[in-house]
Amino acid sequence: MAQSFAQPRRSVILTVLMAGLVAYSLFPLLWLLISATKTQDMLGDSFGLLPAGPFALFDNIAEVFTHQDGIFARWFGNTIIYVVAGAGGATLLATLGGYGLAKYRFRGRAAIFATVLGAVAVPGTALAVPTFLMFSEIGLTNTMWSVILPTLVSPFGMYLMWVFASEAIPTELLEAARVDGAGEWRTFFTISLRLLAPGVVTVGLFAIVATWNNYFLPLIMLSDRELYPLAIGLASWNADAVGIGAAPVFHLVITGAVITILPIVAVFLLLQRYWQSGLSAGGVKG
Amino acid sequence: MNITRSTTRVAAAVATALLATTLAACSGGDGDGGGSAEGATAEEIEAALQEGGTIDYWTWTPQAEEQIEAFEAAYPNMTVNLTDTQGGEQHNTALTNAIAAGEGVPDVAQLEYQSVPQFQLPGLLTDLTAYGFDEHEALYTPSTWGSVAQDDGVWGLPQDSGPMALFYNQEVFEANDLVVPETWDEFVEQAQKLKQSDPDKFLFNDDGNSAGNVTSLIWQAGGHPFQVDGDTVTLDLADEGTQKWAGVYQQLIDDDLISHITGWSDEWFQALDDGTIAAMVVGAWMPGVFADGAPQASGKWRVAPMPTYDGTPANAENGGSSDVIPVGADDPVLAAGFLQWLNADPESIKVFMDAGGFPATVAELGAEEFLGYESPYFGGQKINEVLAGGAEDVVEGWQYLPWQSYANSIFPDTVGQVYFDRSSMLDGLAAWQEENVRYGQEQGFTVNG
Repeated sequence: MAQSFAQPRRSVILTVLMAGLVAYSLFPLLWLLISATKTQDMLGDSFGLLPAGPFALFDNIAEVFTHQDGIFARWFGNTIIYVVAGAGGATLLATLGGYGLAKYRFRGRAAIFATVLGAVAVPGTALAVPTFLMFSEIGLTNTMWSVILPTLVSPFGMYLMWVFASEAIPTELLEAARVDGAGEWRTFFTISLRLLAPGVVTVGLFAIVATWNNYFLPLIMLSDRELYPLAIGLASWNADAVGIGAAPVFHLVITGAVITILPIVAVFLLLQRYWQSGLSAGGVKG
Repeated sequence: MNITRSTTRVAAAVATALLATTLAACSGGDGDGGGSAEGATAEEIEAALQEGGTIDYWTWTPQAEEQIEAFEAAYPNMTVNLTDTQGGEQHNTALTNAIAAGEGVPDVAQLEYQSVPQFQLPGLLTDLTAYGFDEHEALYTPSTWGSVAQDDGVWGLPQDSGPMALFYNQEVFEANDLVVPETWDEFVEQAQKLKQSDPDKFLFNDDGNSAGNVTSLIWQAGGHPFQVDGDTVTLDLADEGTQKWAGVYQQLIDDDLISHITGWSDEWFQALDDGTIAAMVVGAWMPGVFADGAPQASGKWRVAPMPTYDGTPANAENGGSSDVIPVGADDPVLAAGFLQWLNADPESIKVFMDAGGFPATVAELGAEEFLGYESPYFGGQKINEVLAGGAEDVVEGWQYLPWQSYANSIFPDTVGQVYFDRSSMLDGLAAWQEENVRYGQEQGFTVNG
């Protein structure tokens, strides 16, 4: 029987190689999960990949949420706000912008496109200091806005939406809608947005992950501990183990890290269907 | 701290970049190198405190909450908002940012001694002479006072001090037949002996990341590698004292006697707990860290005076911090009142010490109750006799660089490498100096070296 892509050939070497890579990438996660079940004392005392000592996961979780007057819950809430407002807003703007660039012809379109492409190449970290100085001029540093507003700009998301919209929405469909008397907004919300859904999910996912992991921007923008997102908060707990008056709480840092990655894992699993189709869209011309 | 090192470095660079911006912004003004505060008399300060108000206090001192409670009890109309910042670089970055932004500047902020010049020289601190704080000089040990009073001004009040001492694990010492070293030569001998007797244990650990420890050791050896006079900075990381220290360290490195366990890591706390690291030379604030971080070793550790080079007692400060009033504080008079109470009032200092702080004030360091304290963790030893004794021998005249935090951040790439490739410590120091000269010139200082 002839080989086809529908019935892929088996390769022992590839399987072993992939299994190795999977193990390699799951290793830290496994360590993290196991370590989260240990007490502070047992953390250093025992082998990292085997459970040891009393099972302290639930004690640790309880302590994570009560340590320092329960500030972890506050950080969690902050992160949700940054993700909903920042990543949500970024997705919305990228969708509108990408759609507009893909489906409308207007003067300066090429220039805008070139700017967006150029912006994709600039790492956010490089922009952090200029952004900080700008925000300090307008008096927005050390507020939630200082994290949300810069997050709204997502050149890569916009580029992705442009590519996706070009491929996923047949121009004939839009023309048909116009002939039928639908306004541009109505066309967008009732027809285009549905076709764009996988792309929107993909862009949203990128934005959510980026915001969830964002470290440097909030680090330099925020000085008030009450405004920290989880990434900075956990780093600050880690830093508590250093210097005069050090109070090492490594077990809380580790358990906190587990709690921090769970929502991201959940988002990935729930949206898997959508973003997979989103990523491959545009790859094959129909 | 390997994980956070690169971030720390970026943060340090950002802080310096912002500092440069601030410098440029300030240079248009009167350029007197400090906040030209209005000032107030002691009576005016007291009256302002009685009338009351709200101030913001940035600190990472674990004792702060209790101190504030006591303060608000003494001055019922006052409210102090506490912001718990992390020590060191994060705190400095946040403070520089706030001052640069002119928004959310705290009225009183904690500042490590090594960071004082970094903020004072560009004029980011209020000169407290105008509030009569120069009269407090006699309260503090000369070395801590010297760290806050410089350039014809008083820029803060010392909060704690960190004269160094030798902490050693008596159980490990006895099991391996070691004696408590009084000189650095003996220290090296004991390190060799321990290695022969138990290769898994080390007398010393240093991961090559911590410039703070090394500068303190150079300080003790009588080195003065950094000299700051206004905008002129002189570096000499090959002076007599620095060479003395480098000689000792070279032996420890060449014979592989230094454990490379990263300081303050989980592994490090564990090594203190189980005796893998048998001794350390560190600041007097360490006992509290031992009790928290190495609870299972309770009763095993002891304190001895720091080893010397020639038998003459000599010491240095390791860590320790002051509190300052940044330029741009909303209410400098109230801030001065709080600051004065915080670090000069016996009541506040008592709260600070009861919660495990190590004072910078002469009276408290010499108090009978303090000296007579028998520490359960240290097997009932009167540790404060040793630790406070060290404070008297601190070598005077030490200065830090105006860009010390940046200098510390590049330390692992220059001096730190020597620990691992066992090359020449003096070459490593020369490389560190070269980088610092280049950086200082870029920042607009006149740099000799």
